[in-house]
Order: sequence, then structure tokens, then C-alpha cells
Amino acid sequence: MAGNGFFSLRRFRAMVGKEFVQMRRDRITFAMMIGIPILQMIIFGFAINSDPKQLPTVVLAAEHSVFSRSIIAAMQNSGYFRVIKTVTGEAEAGMLVERGEVQFVLSIPEQFSRRLLRGESPALLLTADATDPAATSNAVSAFRLLTESALARDLEGPLHHLRRGKAPLEVIMHPRFNPEAITQYNIVPGLMGVVLTMTLVIITALAMTRERERGTMENLLSTPVKPMEVMIGKIIPYIIVGYVQVSVILLAGRFLFKVPMIGNIFLLLAVSLVFIAANLGVGLTFSTIARNQLQAVQMAFFFFLPSILLSGFMFPFRGMPVWAQCVGEILPLTHYLRIVRGILLKGNGFVHILPNLWPIALFLLVALTIGLKRYRRTLD
Amino acid sequence: MTETPLVIDVQNLTKSFAGKTVVNKLSLQVAPGEIYGFLGPNGSGKTTFIRMLCGLLRPDAGSGFCLGFDVLTESEKIKANIGYMAQRFSLYEDLSVRENLIFMGQIYGIRNLGAEVNTMLERMKLTPFAGQLAGTLSGGWKQRLALSACLLHRPRLLLLDEPTAGVDPKARRDFWDDIYTLAASGVTSLISTHYMDEAERCHRLAYLAYGNLLTSGTAEEVVSSSGLTTWALSGRNVHELAPRLRSLAGVEQVVPFGNTLHISGHDAEQLERSLRPFLHGEFTSQRTAANLEEVFISLMQQQKVA
Repeated sequence: MAGNGFFSLRRFRAMVGKEFVQMRRDRITFAMMIGIPILQMIIFGFAINSDPKQLPTVVLAAEHSVFSRSIIAAMQNSGYFRVIKTVTGEAEAGMLVERGEVQFVLSIPEQFSRRLLRGESPALLLTADATDPAATSNAVSAFRLLTESALARDLEGPLHHLRRGKAPLEVIMHPRFNPEAITQYNIVPGLMGVVLTMTLVIITALAMTRERERGTMENLLSTPVKPMEVMIGKIIPYIIVGYVQVSVILLAGRFLFKVPMIGNIFLLLAVSLVFIAANLGVGLTFSTIARNQLQAVQMAFFFFLPSILLSGFMFPFRGMPVWAQCVGEILPLTHYLRIVRGILLKGNGFVHILPNLWPIALFLLVALTIGLKRYRRTLD
Repeated sequence: MTETPLVIDVQNLTKSFAGKTVVNKLSLQVAPGEIYGFLGPNGSGKTTFIRMLCGLLRPDAGSGFCLGFDVLTESEKIKANIGYMAQRFSLYEDLSVRENLIFMGQIYGIRNLGAEVNTMLERMKLTPFAGQLAGTLSGGWKQRLALSACLLHRPRLLLLDEPTAGVDPKARRDFWDDIYTLAASGVTSLISTHYMDEAERCHRLAYLAYGNLLTSGTAEEVVSSSGLTTWALSGRNVHELAPRLRSLAGVEQVVPFGNTLHISGHDAEQLERSLRPFLHGEFTSQRTAANLEEVFISLMQQQKVA
């Protein structure tokens, strides 16, 4: 009989049928199987752009003239630059770059138009925040071309002679923080946040689900132990694990990849605590929702995916459309990456990183509140 | 704290899940030092009731006291003074026997824990397994470990949810010896079980079906109040009679016990009239007391009809 042979179709069909029934029963797994490809398609299809435009730029103008206005207009028209304001103080412009609020500073020197008219080839200085080389390279090459074509229109008639011979002006690039455009300098500090997100969310999501799956939760609930004690008690060991990971990456970054570390490492370690706790809070919240360990891992993955793709780790943050940036702004990794790069590469102090610290703290607060609320004090 | 002589004194506890009443207006009184048996078919609400008593579930309605603490508002105080053993082994399989006990002891804030754990290991004969992972213990020893874990903080009340399910007879007997010793020292136990021999070991028992308390009292009271009459019919091949007997008027249950059939019914006269042709001849017959199982099954059948 066919049914008793090497491979029985009937038995095989029974297995397949049973798997489908189980798949249908596990709603969360099913939702994730559909949700993850959709999420990936949206992110890769719409959000990611390796040619970032509309980069925020500040103009440090020592003079205003027809020529400087032409150049600024041409920058805006190119689509790569979005001039958000004009300042007069060098210190203010510098601060904006250090905080990461702007990508470029265009400095127009004194007597720019006069020296231009005299044919002295005055210099325009474009300072870039080059921590992420991918974010600036296209804009920089566009800038060189657009200055010349912008002035071409102004240098007509009696001024036409200025277009002959050597270039009417000189463009000086000043890539700050990562002048050699070494990708590792950007990636290695960023990796710290990525590794912490990945491992901590998964580990904590599993830790609590395991208690439920194995039935030990019922025992815990019947004792006088309080939810806060369980939550914090579960978080602390993994905070220590998080610090071990941070140390390994920092040491590897320093000695293996020779990443410059000009900021205060202790400040970095201190603010990392908030970030680590935020990730653990997410993990705990997932573990109160997931019914089994597989679901917990899937939820962790669902969180990890946008974190790695929309945070500015893999692709320039400013290249993304506004909605994707909004999503990115919610994620703790986005802010942590700015903090890590800010401290290590730019030498940021506490004041500089504060705008990126409170969103993480807020996220932590929300995650912990949801987690504590969902943690079932009673089994019903 | 209101001082009541009763360890458990609850009225009309009710709990429903998704519109389905699992425990229906259950009232129960248990005195100190009593071993109280909790019986009933699967899904009758035993586990739910026990969970409400120890504060794992919040009752929808009803009120009462457990160890003198209000079951609705003082579950934290109740938790500190009871020992709860869940149906499923719920200690950590990846911790050793000693580590599990130390963890539980720390949760309850026990002083001089090392010595207390050693005493408990010795008392429960677990010392040889102290360093072994709990997951590698056999069923009987797992159960002893679970009992040890809920005894460490010297609770005055033990809530044991099917503690002997899947445990061999020797281990069950040892377990009951422990329960009797504890009862003698004033510890009250509420034990749910499916085993009739265990039910008979309890001082008093309650029978639940479909969320309702059907009967309670000592084993003798439960049997005598059932109004069930039972005849024992024995002889070779007596079981061949069973189908015929079942169809007779007044016969409610026919249960084989080896070469004996137990035939029971509520109407004693009708039963005797129906059985008369079988009572003399090749079978020996005798009127006996109904056993607990027959009483419970008959209660359950009545409940279904009702």
C-alpha cells in the first residue's frame, strides 16, 4: 500500500495541514510574517535615500551683495541645501554644527564682492559636519559646480572679462570631525547603539516570557514580590551585560579601528545608561504582550528593523522623507547615535547632547509605564 | 486584623471569564489545622477558587477572609502567610534544588536562610539532591521540592492545587504523612485532588462541579447525605450482566470492581425490586455503603440533568 511506503502522501499532508492550523492559531506570528515584509518594503522603497537633499545650512555672512545672494539662491535651487538662517557670529555657527542642527556653514568673507570685482579670486568657505561622509559628499560636489554657474549670470557685460582666465572665486572645503571621510569613524560608534538595541531588547523580551511559558510566573505572583521588584530585578543584570558590550566596542573602536575619541568617555558611559534602560524597557513591554518566546523574538525584530534603518545608522538621516524622520525621531537609537558620534567625534559636552538625551529618557518613561501596566499582577 | 477562628471564611465568591461563570457563589469555611479536600471534575473551578484565595485572581463578587485578611483588599498580607503550590511545577528548572529554596526564602525575607534551607532539605530528605538542577528531578522529588519551597516561610495555610498528580504511590504516601504532621502543628491545608483515597484522608471535603459547590462535610457525611443505595454483586463473569443491569428501572450506576459490580440508585425499594432476580443464585450479593466515587459521579449526573 502506498500509505506504508517510504514517503506517504497522507502522512505528509497531515503534517502540512497541522502546521497551517498552528500557524493560523498564532496570530502574532502570522501578523509578523505579513508585517515585516511590508515594513521592509516601505522603509527600503520610500524612506531610504542615499542621495540626501535639503541639508540644513547656515550662512555666516560678513557682507550682503548681489553675488552672495546669487550663490545662496543657487544653493537652494540645487535642492541639496536648505538655508535655515543667516548668522553673523562665528561662535553661533560653530555651535550649530557641533549640536548637529545644521550640516553646513557657508562663510562669506568681508569684501567678497569687492575682491571678486577686482579679479582677486576671493575664497568661499564651506564647513561641513562630515561625521557621516555619505551624507555630505554629493552636496559638496554640487556646491563646486553651482558657485561658478551662479556667478556666470552676474558676470555679464562689462564684467565678462572676469570669467576668463583663472576662476573668479575659490571654494575652500572644511570637512569637520572626520576630515578624511573614513566610514569606520561613523559606523563603529554607531554600532554601539545597534548592538545594544539588538541584544538587550531580545534578551529582556525573552526573560519575562520564559517565566510565563515555564509556569514560574504563577509561583512568583503568589509570593509577596512586587511588580517593580520583578521588573527592576530583571533589568539590572542586563544593564551590566550592556556595559560589557559598550566596553568591548569602545576598546575595539579605539585599538582595532583607531576611531578618534576626543570627547569624555565617562559622559558617554553615563548617558548610555539611559539608552540601555530604554531598550530594556521595550523588551519588558514586549515580554508582557508576547505569549511565547517566539513571539517575543519577532516583536524584538519588528522594533529592531526600523531602529537600524531609520536611525541614521545605515543611511543618512537627512536623506529620508519627513514622515520617516518623524518615526526616526521617536526611536531611542536615533538620538543615541547622535550622542555617541557627538561625544566621540565632535567632543560634545553635556549641554550639546541634552537635546538628544531627553527624547531617550521620555521613551524610557513611556516604555516602562506601559510595561508595568501590562505586567499582570493577577493572572486574569 | 480581625481575629476569626476560621482560617478560610468566604461567602459567595464568584468569578467568570468571558461571560462564562467558572466559580458560582462559592462559600467555604475551614477551621485551623484542618485538612480540607477539594474535589470535582476538570474545569469545575477548583484552581480558579484557589487562585482567588491567594490573591492571584480578583473575585467578581463575594467577600470573605483568609487568615483573617480580607480577600478583596489584603491580598499582599495573605500572600505573605500562605504557601501556594501550583498544579504545574513552577520553580526554576535551571536552578539547583538549593538555589531554588534560597531564592524563595529571600523573596519571603527569611532570616538565617542558610540554616533554614539546610533544615528543610534534611527534613524533606532532599539533602542528597541539593546540588542537582530541579529540572532533572523525577516527578515525586519535584513535588517534594515544591512543597519545601512553600513551607520555608512557615505559612499557616497551604493551598495545594493537585499536588499529587502524576506522583507514584510511595511518594504520595510520604506527602500525606507530611501534611498530617503539619496539620498536627496547626497548619491548615486546602488540597485539590482527583484521587478518592486522598479524599478519604481529608478531615472534610467539598465537591465542586461546573462552578457550584454540590456537597461538603466529612467523607461519611457526604456518603450518608447522598441517599444512595448500593448493592455489590460478585461472581465469575458478573460483568457480562452490566449492560442488562444498566437498563433496569432504578439503576443509576453500574461500576465494575474486578469480579464485583457495584449497582447504585437513589430509590432503594425500586432498586431492590429490579435486582431481585439477580440477588440469589450463582452470584453472591450484599448491600454495602456507597463509596465516594459513586456519590460524586451521581452528583455530577444530577447536576447535568438539572
